[in-house]
Amino acid sequence: MSAVKVYVPRDAAARSVGADETAAAIIAGAQRHGIEVELVRNGSHGLLWLEPLVEVATGNGRIAYGPVAAGDVESLFAAEFTAGCAHALKVGPTDEIAYFKNQERLTFARVGLTDPRSIQDYLDHGGYRGLQAALDMQPAAIVAAVTESGLRGRGGAAFPAGIKWKTVLGANAAQKYVVCNADEGDSGTFSDRMVMEGDPFVLIEGMTIAGIATGATQGYIYLRWEYPDAHAALNAAIEAAYARAYLGENILGGGKRFDLEVRLGAGAYICGEETSLLESLEGKRGQVRFKPPLPALQGLFGKPTVINNVITLASVPIILDRGGAYYQHFGLGRSRGTLPIQLTGNIKRGGLIEKAFGVSLRELLYDYGGGSLSGRPIRAVQVGGPLGAYLPESQFDTKIDYEAFAEIKAMLGHGGIVVFDDTVDMAAQARYAMEFCAIESCGKCTPCRIGSTRGVEVIDRMMAGENAAKQEVVLRDLCETMTYGSLCALGGLTPYPVLSAINHFPQDFARAARVRVQA
Amino acid sequence: MSRAETQMVTELCARMKAAAGPLMPILHAVQDRLGFIPHDAVPLIARELNLSIAEVHGVVTFYHYFRKERGGRHVVHLCRAEACQSVGGAALEAHAKRSLGLDFHGTTKDGVLSLEPVFCLGNCALGPAIMIDQRLHGRVSAQRFDELMAGMRAASAGAL
Repeated sequence: MSAVKVYVPRDAAARSVGADETAAAIIAGAQRHGIEVELVRNGSHGLLWLEPLVEVATGNGRIAYGPVAAGDVESLFAAEFTAGCAHALKVGPTDEIAYFKNQERLTFARVGLTDPRSIQDYLDHGGYRGLQAALDMQPAAIVAAVTESGLRGRGGAAFPAGIKWKTVLGANAAQKYVVCNADEGDSGTFSDRMVMEGDPFVLIEGMTIAGIATGATQGYIYLRWEYPDAHAALNAAIEAAYARAYLGENILGGGKRFDLEVRLGAGAYICGEETSLLESLEGKRGQVRFKPPLPALQGLFGKPTVINNVITLASVPIILDRGGAYYQHFGLGRSRGTLPIQLTGNIKRGGLIEKAFGVSLRELLYDYGGGSLSGRPIRAVQVGGPLGAYLPESQFDTKIDYEAFAEIKAMLGHGGIVVFDDTVDMAAQARYAMEFCAIESCGKCTPCRIGSTRGVEVIDRMMAGENAAKQEVVLRDLCETMTYGSLCALGGLTPYPVLSAINHFPQDFARAARVRVQA
Repeated sequence: MSRAETQMVTELCARMKAAAGPLMPILHAVQDRLGFIPHDAVPLIARELNLSIAEVHGVVTFYHYFRKERGGRHVVHLCRAEACQSVGGAALEAHAKRSLGLDFHGTTKDGVLSLEPVFCLGNCALGPAIMIDQRLHGRVSAQRFDELMAGMRAASAGAL
């Protein structure tokens, strides 16, 4: 009898709740029961409430069990889970789990299915077909395909990727660069991490295509230090890609060169902003640069640079493989393709949901998420990270679409949704937004550097009931100064969470004041 | 720094300075080996890279991750960001400070554990999250936190 294939994710989130211990227990259990098991450490499917999610390959596809703690493993063997038999933790065929089945996985097509350490597994699942196609195309045709796809920057700014690439292609320089922004600092987001850990080759392939399309021969992945598992996965994948000539001086014998290296950040949120990221890569303080000049013309070390987020670059291989029109077919309005949405915080079924643009927040929160983890009513959600607006229940019908969010003075950002139940104090959340800005400001613009500290003080006075009406006027004025007087999104968008909190949840500011006065 | 440490930093600079933008990788390498960036290392690195002391000092102090002082043998990073807040992150923070008897950036008296804030560990669907050295932990209750800390202390005692 051949070995039974059992999958236990290597993903950091799965490991954070015991996947390594579960994997070790499965190896030990297999020996005890005399069953030959081939253990694969795959990426996570993103059904995070079920982690550690154990799967068994059977004649009827992969059967999922979860969440499986190490202590559950003996009973799984007793129930013959290796044959896909019944058990209290059996979820059923992975393909049939509604949360997973109802997604449109383009960028995440392989995440969870394959072994991220195996380039062969990547190739067997359609990997490097995009690069093969690109090698037979003229650079302008590659850029045209990306433009046609409608792909916009998934880091948050949603700038059309094709336009960036075209600018770099048109720039005349002896050296150009491709930089991947893997400084995924927004709370409520982990899609970059999941791709880098679960399918690192797709990012490498996307960056290689970007290099060939624009004439850049050196790539850097700027990765936050908080992601050591992704660091290891990327380094292993880069080494494997070099060994098979998918990176290096003569890619697949086609005469094109592309080298790639991972660089680590050091805990500065601002380095997710593209110009401060470039400063940091150059070995400087991560201070924001003026634009123009655009990074596409004068980027890293003053050279033309493609700088895109992980998800943007990881979406490129499928666009080159299937064509720009295929990708463009998903989505609505000017938001084309899919967005890997991260459902997080106080939510029953948190995870990664890749969907075509157009799904509503309400569907995500209740149909996918199953409501709050605490079982209490959902009161507010923050979308788009610490600079994103807080949305009340009345806005839950908003569709996932860049323009729909802009219309309600909110932003989609990197696609993270943080859920809060009715115990949340929105005045405290507004204060935190200002505090975060004060801690993370690079210091270049006065409204951000000083205004954020003043913002904390003003909110403190409001909460203390010191002439709250007057404080509110001051706070709104301060927010306006920050919005229009800051170079980048940190100072410019911190007013989003602050103003949305005070506009949608004024009673919390008044309540806080009342409570303090009584005390 | 000891003579051996000075030599180590000098060698790191010599080996790494040919790379494009070598300062951040060198600072990481120093901290990986020593647990922090010693004050004396700054002029040394500046000289090796032909930078001013102010430039190197500016970089070391800009980034939250770089430690200016020696910390504990293990560093606990506790997430303060919104997703963890929504599932009791602030309560875990209070518990951590109380049970370890220190504030953020502090080190326990036995020199085993340092506590640092962090803004997002990318484990936002399984919060509250902490990271001990390079290892991520999710759904960390107060009780689980105490177990993890006891485990680190036991491992540290065993290593002596």
